[in-house]
Parts: sequence; structure tokens; C-alpha cells
Amino acid sequence: MEFLTEVRWSPYIVGVGIGVLSWLTFLISRQPLACSTTFARTSGLLERLVRGARVENMRYYQEIKLTWGWQGMLVLGIVCGALLSALLSGDFQGQWVPDRWAATFGDNVLPRLLVALLGGIAMGFGARWANGCTSGHGISGSLQLAVSSWISALCFFVGGILTAKFIFNVIGGG
Amino acid sequence: MRAEQNAKRAPLGWGLLFGIIFGFLLHKGGATKYDVILGQLLLTDFTVVKIMLSAVVTGMLGIYFMKARGWVTLSIKSGSLGMNVIGGLIFGVGFAVLGYCPGTIAGAIGNGYLDALVGGLAGIIIGSGLFAALYPKLRGGILAKGDFGDLTLPRLFKVNDWLVVVPVAVLLVLLLIGLELAGL
Repeated sequence: MEFLTEVRWSPYIVGVGIGVLSWLTFLISRQPLACSTTFARTSGLLERLVRGARVENMRYYQEIKLTWGWQGMLVLGIVCGALLSALLSGDFQGQWVPDRWAATFGDNVLPRLLVALLGGIAMGFGARWANGCTSGHGISGSLQLAVSSWISALCFFVGGILTAKFIFNVIGGG
Repeated sequence: MRAEQNAKRAPLGWGLLFGIIFGFLLHKGGATKYDVILGQLLLTDFTVVKIMLSAVVTGMLGIYFMKARGWVTLSIKSGSLGMNVIGGLIFGVGFAVLGYCPGTIAGAIGNGYLDALVGGLAGIIIGSGLFAALYPKLRGGILAKGDFGDLTLPRLFKVNDWLVVVPVAVLLVLLLIGLELAGL
């Protein structure tokens, strides 16, 4: 069982593993691997705590339904699974500023948190707009050959590559 | 809305178990790390693309095999150019600025990255809420532009599933071999 304590596996083993996992989610749960709607439901549930039951009448929440459900458990499971793997391999970080960021922009915590917040806002907004994320469109939708997913996945990477180049090569001057 | 109805029946324990396996694999692949994801977007480290493409090839062959035998039904998202191109690009910008995606941020939190937990998670929740607030204005307008419904590539080309599945699988495997030969 030594492989369980290794920090990294071949990306192909990981990819094939995720592919096989998708067979099981379809076969057993009749669900594709997908994550981002859970964050929208969480957002709606938090808003309901503040503004009350009328939040459920909002058009978008009528469509996605404000219950955490199977996908919420999947996302919770991802946190647990990554924690388990990190602990088994001695790779639990407790790190505020990623190394690559620190090498270019310094290791101040506040700027990184602010940028992560802004990036999260854009990504959460974009995931709802495109109706899916890197798992729902990028993996599950692409493997089903959905046109919406192939277009989305391509645009995720086009937008991501241009932005990353701008951040590190133009702003960062690398 | 079939997925929504099935979601109610899908036992939650399976969701948790599948999530644990998914998170375990994402961490083992390095996809829970900002440095690896930015390496991909800066085109210096192709780990993320290798994981995604080998998952797509494996998943596609199995799902279409099971579909042909009547064991599974597809769950295809409807789309439009207004939704998928513009939404995809906005997502991409956020993807690079944050350095995690909705699935990998859950993994990054488990991996102990605190910028994911404190900054990124709050951001995704706020961004999703903003969209929900704007949704009534967007749904009949930009989101409906260039609508193509729940189209799949085999239906677009009006051919048998396998006439798309096999060439796509071959093409993606060749692409992966090409990446290895190029030393990426």
C-alpha cells in the first residue's frame, strides 16, 4: 500500500482513475461529476439565512433548487479525500501564499487573499453564466461529447491562458 | 431537468464516497495546487491537461459503451454561444486570477491552502450570488443568443456515436503522445 503515501502519481493514472470514477457515478448515481452548482446553492442558502424564505422565489434558485443534495456531498467528499491523501503523504500545507505567487508578487498575505477573492468572484459568476465548470463541462460534459461543454472548456483555457500570461508576464514582468 | 429529479433519489452516501475518491485523485495528481494550475495556464506544466484528457478518453469510451447497452443515459447540458463563449471566458479569467476551479478549490482546502479557504471560497459564493441576482435580466437576452440546445457532436454531424467517439479518442491520445514527445 506504499503508493498511497506517495505525494504525486502519474497524471495519466489519475486521469484514467477519474474517467473510471465517472463510469461509476453514471452507473450507480445517474449523475455526472460536477461541482460548481453546489457553490451557487450554498450562496442561496446563506442569502436565505439573511433575507429569509423569499430568496427561494428568486428565478435562478427556482431552477437549481436550494438543497445541497448529491453534488454537495460530492464536494464535501473532495475536501475529505484531498485531506486524506495530503495527510497520508505528509503534504498538508497550511500555506497562505502559494510559492509561484510569492516568487513574483512577494509573500504578503493580504494582496494574495484580495486577488483570490476577486478571482473567485469572476469564476463563480462565470461558472453560473456558462452553466458549468472544469469538472461539469471540462470533464463530464466533454466526455459525453456535449457541444456546450467543448465550447465552454475551450473558452475556460483561452481565457485562463491569456489572463495568466497577462498577470505573470505583463504585470509581474517575468 | 432529469438530472434534478435523479438528484433527489441518488443516495447521498455514494456522493460522499465518490467525492472522497475524486479528491484523493485530484491531490495525487497535483491539481489541488495553485502552482500546478498556473503552470498549466502559463503553458510550462501540462499536468492538468494530461489529467483532463486521459479522464475524458477513459470516461467517454466507458460511458458510450454503457449507453449502447442501455445501462446509462447521457446528461447533456443545453447551451448557447452567449452562455458558453462569454461565460467560459469570464470563468477562464477567474480561473487564472484565483488559480483553482470549483472542484480543485475543494481539494485545495483539504490540502491546506488557506488562500483557497479564506479568499477563493468566499469569492465563488459571492460571484454565484451576483449571477443569481442578475439572472432574470440575462436569461432572455445574452444567455439565449445563439442557442443550440442539448446538442452532442454525433448529433451535430448526424452520424453514429462511434464515428465520433473513436476519432476523438485517437486524436486526444495522439495529442498526449505529442505532449510527451515535446517534453512537456
